[in-house]
Amino acid sequence: MKGLTIENLSMRFDLGNGQSIQALKDVSLDIKEGQLISVLGPSGCGKTTLLNIVAGFLAPTAGRVNLNDQIVTGPSAERGMVFQQGALFEWMNVRSNVAFGPRMKNMPKPEQDKKVQHLLEVVGLAGFEDKAVYELSGGMQQRVALARCLANDPDVILMDEPLGALDALTREKMQGLVLKLWKETGKTIILITHSVEEAILLGERLLVLAPRPGRIHKEYQLPYAEMGVTMDLREVKKTQGYTETREEILAMIWDMEEEIMGGAGEG
Amino acid sequence: MTILLIYIAIFVGAFFTINTIQKFKTKQVDFTSLKTVTFGDESAVISNRAASIISVLAIFMIWGAFTGSKLIPLHVPGPFIGDISFTYTATNSAGESDDARVDVVIYDSKAGKKEPKAEIEPGSGFAKNDSASIAAWRSGLIKVRRNDVGNGESGYKVVSIDGQSITPNSEIFIDNARIYMTAKGTLSLTPDKGWQMESLYLPPPEDVWSRLIKVADEGYKNFTLFEHLGWSLLRVVGGFLAGALVGIPLGYSMGLSGWFRGWFDPIVEFMRPVPPLALIPLVIIWFGIDEEGKIILLFLASLWIMTISSRAGVSGVTISKIHAAYSLGASKWQIMRHVIIPNSLPEIFTGARVAMGVCWGTVVAAELVAAQKGAGMMIINASKFQMTDLVILGIVLIGVIGYSIDILMRMSEKYLVPWKGK
Repeated sequence: MKGLTIENLSMRFDLGNGQSIQALKDVSLDIKEGQLISVLGPSGCGKTTLLNIVAGFLAPTAGRVNLNDQIVTGPSAERGMVFQQGALFEWMNVRSNVAFGPRMKNMPKPEQDKKVQHLLEVVGLAGFEDKAVYELSGGMQQRVALARCLANDPDVILMDEPLGALDALTREKMQGLVLKLWKETGKTIILITHSVEEAILLGERLLVLAPRPGRIHKEYQLPYAEMGVTMDLREVKKTQGYTETREEILAMIWDMEEEIMGGAGEG
Repeated sequence: MTILLIYIAIFVGAFFTINTIQKFKTKQVDFTSLKTVTFGDESAVISNRAASIISVLAIFMIWGAFTGSKLIPLHVPGPFIGDISFTYTATNSAGESDDARVDVVIYDSKAGKKEPKAEIEPGSGFAKNDSASIAAWRSGLIKVRRNDVGNGESGYKVVSIDGQSITPNSEIFIDNARIYMTAKGTLSLTPDKGWQMESLYLPPPEDVWSRLIKVADEGYKNFTLFEHLGWSLLRVVGGFLAGALVGIPLGYSMGLSGWFRGWFDPIVEFMRPVPPLALIPLVIIWFGIDEEGKIILLFLASLWIMTISSRAGVSGVTISKIHAAYSLGASKWQIMRHVIIPNSLPEIFTGARVAMGVCWGTVVAAELVAAQKGAGMMIINASKFQMTDLVILGIVLIGVIGYSIDILMRMSEKYLVPWKGK
């Protein structure tokens, strides 16, 4: 069966002082091919742990992750990742960064070049092939990161707050780009974010995780991602129901944060 | 002290002069010049080029002025050269007193020794006239009683000079000189030394220059100047390369494997604070004073620095870069080759710059201790023969080479790791 299934995933580790942390407990999830899932939750709810297990960087203490009926045991090229920032290779120019995956697989050079050319056009960076990474703005760097991930043609794209460090305007443009790429490539995408708006706008399915232990608190099926493919995102935000959903989720997360902190301070 | 005050005066004077001049020049209005807060804003502090030029010139001016250099028109007063004469009064056992005159020639020792005036009138009375010669910067005993009549008798003594009374263990000042009477009643004359430095202590710049020409032409102690410096450099490069060749892989393995780190950490952390100079005696005992010992010393000097910097380079790689590479399908070896090694290059370069500096310092010190050839051997040998000009020349050349090494390293760093600090 094509798709990603997460079965009864639990993650528990000792702190070394006799205590242990239950980062995730019994998380199960079925993701069909081509779905865009956004994951939201207060800090410490295990979002990143979940993503790292799916990516294969962490081994769960119980449960398993299957991709296309194969158990995930380590990182692999079929699960591409896009990080917040600083994950590009500064010693390579834009072309070499994007061509990194194909080059590791010894793809012939002309084919690599064609791929790079095409992907840079898709992300709107045509003509920047020979630029050094550190010469680009933050938004452009994330475009390169998206292109680099796509160059490997992964089955699933895991995004760990890819737009978190960008300014509001750039962020909005990039959200549009993520939707466009999702529609054009039909990839399965899991997007972790801190921003409730982003989660609502981009998530076809939206998962709210609750902390201690990390678990799925609530799931939403949302129409906005589909709308965003054709509409301007600012228009999408004006549609009926958007504001209500946003307020509901915000209140939910706010409550969870209060519970953790006991109403004092913030984390 | 005086020199320090003069230096401060030049510093302050030049500051105000240049500032006044620059006030009248039309200024380019760049961003920095529009900043009103510059105190504490590091980016607004731009090195003043005029200050750098004047700084270097000031050092040469002071050097020249205090050594009587021919290159500098302005000099501080030099030592007194010329004739000094004074009259002394002596009394004899009979209670009589008599005056006699002493003529002293003070000569420049560089121009050759001068004899005292040969023919002098002995004069009348029991005290007879004398003559003497003393080199500038030196002092000399003037045995005025030698030709006096009745000098052996117990009542004979010199009581005053130019009317100033003098007793044993005291001193008086006459024009251009100081006269001291020893416990036994002999006069010791020290002509005024002025403010200039004797070339034994600090030769003028042109002496150092002519020494450079001479040594470059004739060599020194069986080796040409080029060979002395070349051998020092060769040892540094050899020792550094050996240290890098062992240290970089060692640092990588310490950064990548817990067993290696645990095994070598105590050794590296212990050896790192040991100054390489402290190893010189042991290295000489074990390996002798030939090239082998020197290369091993420099190897040890650079090894720990290179190990620690390459370990830091490996540890410094952001985990998201490694994760990204893995999820792009790279193998361990590919990650090593395409991520870890390039990522550690800036750190390694920083380490290499430090290591080259330390090696250069260590090789000079090692050559000071024992060597047949090399920059350090040249200056320690020259100091034994009081060739101060060669000592200073050696120091200048060592500085120039050390500085050039650093510039070269920085240039290659800029070329090879352009992303550093970006």
